[in-house]
Amino acid sequence: MSWTTVCRLDDILPNAGVAALIDETQVAIFRVDDKVYALANKDPFSKANVLSRGIVGSVKGTLVVASPIYKQHFSLEAGNCLEDETVSIPCYQVRTEGELVQVQVNC
Amino acid sequence: MTDKQRLLIIGNGPVGHQFIESIIESGKGGQFDITVIGEEPRPAYDRVHLTAWFETREAASLNMVKEGFYSDNNITALTHEKVIAIDRAAQTVSTDKGEQYAYDKLILATGSFPFVPPVPGHDRKNCFVYRTIEDLEAITAAAANAKVGTVVGGGLLGLEAAKAIMDLGLKTHVIEFAPRLMAVQVDEGGGALLRRKIEDLGVSVHTQKNTQQIIDGDDCVHKLQFADGAELETDILVFSAGIRPQDALARQCELAIGERGGIVIDNACLTSDPAIYAIGECALWGGRIYGLIAPGWDMARVAADHVLGGIEEKAFTGADMSTKLKLMGVDVASIGDAHASTPGAKCYTFIDEKAEVYKKIVVSSDGQHLLGCVLIGEANDYGTLLQFALNKITLPEQPESMILPSLDGSAGVGLGVDALPDVAQICSCNNVSKGGLCAAVQGGAMTVGDLKACTKAATTCGGCTALVGQVLNAELTKMGVEVNTDLCEHFPYTRQEIFHLVKVGQIRSFDELLEKHGSGHGCEICKPTAASIMASCWNDYILEPKLAGLQDTNDRYLANMQKNGTYSVVPRMAGGEVTPDGLIAVGQVAKKYNLYTKITGGQRVDLFGATLDQLPKIWMELIAAGFESGHAYGKSLRTVKSCVGSTWCRYGVQDSVGKAIDLENRYKGLRSPHKLKMAVSGCTRECAEAQSKDVGVIATEKGWNLYLCGNGGMKPRHADLFASDIDTDTMVKYIDRFLMFYVRTADRLQRTSVWMENLEGGLDYLRKVVIDDSLGICAELEAEMANVVDTYQCEWKTTVENPEKVKQFRSFVNADKTDKEIVFIQERGQIRPATDAEKMTNADDLIVVA
Repeated sequence: MSWTTVCRLDDILPNAGVAALIDETQVAIFRVDDKVYALANKDPFSKANVLSRGIVGSVKGTLVVASPIYKQHFSLEAGNCLEDETVSIPCYQVRTEGELVQVQVNC
Repeated sequence: MTDKQRLLIIGNGPVGHQFIESIIESGKGGQFDITVIGEEPRPAYDRVHLTAWFETREAASLNMVKEGFYSDNNITALTHEKVIAIDRAAQTVSTDKGEQYAYDKLILATGSFPFVPPVPGHDRKNCFVYRTIEDLEAITAAAANAKVGTVVGGGLLGLEAAKAIMDLGLKTHVIEFAPRLMAVQVDEGGGALLRRKIEDLGVSVHTQKNTQQIIDGDDCVHKLQFADGAELETDILVFSAGIRPQDALARQCELAIGERGGIVIDNACLTSDPAIYAIGECALWGGRIYGLIAPGWDMARVAADHVLGGIEEKAFTGADMSTKLKLMGVDVASIGDAHASTPGAKCYTFIDEKAEVYKKIVVSSDGQHLLGCVLIGEANDYGTLLQFALNKITLPEQPESMILPSLDGSAGVGLGVDALPDVAQICSCNNVSKGGLCAAVQGGAMTVGDLKACTKAATTCGGCTALVGQVLNAELTKMGVEVNTDLCEHFPYTRQEIFHLVKVGQIRSFDELLEKHGSGHGCEICKPTAASIMASCWNDYILEPKLAGLQDTNDRYLANMQKNGTYSVVPRMAGGEVTPDGLIAVGQVAKKYNLYTKITGGQRVDLFGATLDQLPKIWMELIAAGFESGHAYGKSLRTVKSCVGSTWCRYGVQDSVGKAIDLENRYKGLRSPHKLKMAVSGCTRECAEAQSKDVGVIATEKGWNLYLCGNGGMKPRHADLFASDIDTDTMVKYIDRFLMFYVRTADRLQRTSVWMENLEGGLDYLRKVVIDDSLGICAELEAEMANVVDTYQCEWKTTVENPEKVKQFRSFVNADKTDKEIVFIQERGQIRPATDAEKMTNADDLIVVA
C-alpha cells in the first residue's frame, strides 16, 4: 500500500473538489478549511463519475458533498449517504505532505 | 328508463355553468342526468371579461369549462340549440331542432338581452350590441372600414365597449341620456372626474343626449339626431343601454313574471312552478334584477343546494351591488348607498384635482356606520370600506380619516382582520367568507397561492388579495404556526432578507456572509443562492476562486450537466437569429467533437455530449466564429424568442426580431431567482407565444403591449397584460424595474408566475410599484439594472482567455485523459448515452470519447 501524489493543494479551490485518476480508479478529492478528503468519484445513483463536481458543505455538523446530479449528500469523512442508509461509497486515505496532496487506494 | 333525476339547464352562460359546477362539486353529480342546452355556438365563457377577447381574438381564452368537464361527469352539453317551448304539465321542453327533452327539475339560466332603444333607425346596418363573442367579431369586422364609432349608453358596459372601439383605432364617442356617466353607481362629483379622465384618453362624452332618430350620414354611415337639435355622425353604433331579462320562455309557459319583466323567484330561486328554478339575470328577486356576476353565482349555488335537498340550507336574500373595476385604466368603485339617499345620511368628500382622485363616503346620521362610498381615480381603500359597510363595523371617531391621505406617512386607518366576524364575505366574486379562509388555513393552506387554489378567493377580480393575505397571516399566527421561511439550516433568513444583507453590507464573498450572518459550512441551497444574489448585485465573474465553489451544478462549469456527467453547450443566438456562416460554424464544431445536435424551444441550437475537458476547446472555436455564452446553464435570462415580424411577415406591425435582439442583449447574463424567458411577437397573432413567458411583448399599431409573469412548464400560467401601447423606452424602463424588483424580492427558485400569485395586491400592486413608483425605489432599481448591463461579460470568453481557469476543466487533476466510462451509441445518425444494458452487451457498437 503506497501513497500516490496527485496534485498540489493549490490545484484544488478552497471548498471545492477535483477528480484524480489513480490506475483505473477515479477519486474525488475535496479541500475544506485546508483539510483534504477523498471519496469515490462515482455517484451511485446516477452511476456517473461526477461527485468531485458537487457542492461541499455541512448537514447538521457533518461535512458532506451533494451530488451534482440528484443532490444526495455523502459524508466526506465516512462515505455514507445521508438520504439512504443502505448506500455508501468508498472512502480513501488522503493527506497533505507539504504542498502535495497524496492518496492511498487499495487495489 | 333511468332512476336518476333529470336536471335540465337552459342557458350555458357563466351562471348556468356555476350551477352545474356546484352540483358536481357536491360529489353527488352521479344522482343526476344532467343536460345543458345553450343557443350560443360554444359552452360557457367569461362574459365579465368579454373585452379581453380583443387581446387574443380567440374565444378559447375566455372559456370557463375545464377540458373534459362534460365527459368526465357524464353531462350532455348541447350548443347552437334553442329551446322554443316548455310544457310544464308534461315536464318537457322542445327545441328549434325539433328535439324534445324531459326533465324532473328545470333550471332557467337564460340571462338577459341588451336593451336597444326603439328609436327609428336602430336596426340599420353596422348597429350592434355588446354581449357575445359573435357581437365582438361583428364589431371588429365592421371597424376595418370605419373611422368613427359611437356607443349609446355611458354605463359600465358602455364604457367597456367604448374602450374596445377606441382600441380598434376609431374616433370614439359615448352618448348618455343621464347627466353623467355611470349614473347608477357614481354621484355627480365622481361622474365629473370620471368624465374628465375618459376625455383625456381621447373619447368624446356627450351627456343628457336623447337620441330621436338615426338616418344616413353625410360623411359617415349614420347620423344621430338628438332631441336638443344636435347631431353626431358615426360609422358604427353600439347600443349598451341596459339589459332586459330573457324571460320569453317563462312567459310562454305562464310562470309568474314581474311587472317590468323577470321571472319571479323565492329565496330558494324557485319560480311559481316547484319543478322550475330561475337564476341569474333572467330572475327577479324582491322586485329586482341583479345584473352582476356575483349575485348570479350566488343564485346558482342556492338553487344547486335546493336541488340537492337543501343540505346547506342556503338561501338567496338579495346581494350587495358594490363594484370595483378599472374602466379604461381608471379605478372606479362604488359601495352601497352611493347617492346618500338614506334619511339623515351625511357625506365626507375628498377631492385631489392634481392627482385626479375623488373619494366620498356616506355615513349614518349618528356617524357610527358606513352606508356607502364612491371612489374614482384610486380605489385602494375599497376592500376596507366594503368590510366596514357590510359588517356594520363602528367607524372611527373621525370618519373622514377613512379617505384622507396620511400626511405623516403613517399607515392608513386600515382594518384589523380580527375585527371581522367569521361570516364576513372577503371575496364577493366567489363568495368566500373569512371563516372559509380560516378553515382552509387550518386545513393546511400556507400561502396566498394555496388559498387561491383551494377556495378560489381572489381569483376573479383580485380586489381582495391583500385582505386574503391579512386573514392568512392572522390565522397562522393564531394557530401558533411559526412559518419557517429560513433559507436553510445555515441562515435564519429568507432569500429576500439575505439579498438585503448582501446589498447593504456590500458583501462580496460567501465566507463573509457566513461569518456575519450564518453558521456551519453552507450547503447546496444557500451557496448557489448567495452566488446568485452576489451576481445580481455585483456581477463579478462567477468562476473567481472565492465564487466557483458556490455555483450550482451547471453554473460551476458554464454548461448543462446531463445524466451521464457530460455537458450540453448552447451558444447565444439572440432573438433566434443566426447567419448561415454562424450555423455552419456551429455545425462544424458539433461534427468535430461528435456532439448530438438539437434545436431548442428557445430558438437556438443545443450541442450535447461534451466532456468536461472538451468544453474550453469547443468554446474557443465558437468564440472565434463570433458566438458568445448563451447562459443556458444559469438561473438567468435564457432567450428572447421572436416571430419574424414586420420585416418579412405580411401581417407584422413592428420589427419583433430587432426588438427581441435588443432585449436579449440588454438582459443577457442577469442572474435571477429562477431562469427567465422572454418573447416578442410582431402582431396580435402572437406567433412567438409571448404570453407564456416571464416577459412577453406583443406589437400593436401604436407601440407595444407588455405582458408579465407568464409560464409554460409544469404549471402553465398566462401572462398578465401589464401595460398597453407603450413606446420602446417606456417598455425597457418597466422591464428593468420589474426584473430588479423580482430579483430583490422573490424566493429561491420562485418563478415570476408563482411570485406574482403570492404578491400581496397582485397585478395592481405591481403596477403601482413599477409604473407609479409607489415605493420610491424605481431610480434604485434602474441603477441596479444599469450596473448589471454595463458590467456584462461573456463568461466563456473570460474563461478561455485565462489558462488558470481552463485548468479547472480538466477531467483529472493528475492525468491528461478523459473519463473512459462515458460511452455513447449511435441512433438516427447521432450519438446518445449508452444504457447500462448496452454497456454490458453491445461492446462493439459503443463509442468512447477519444
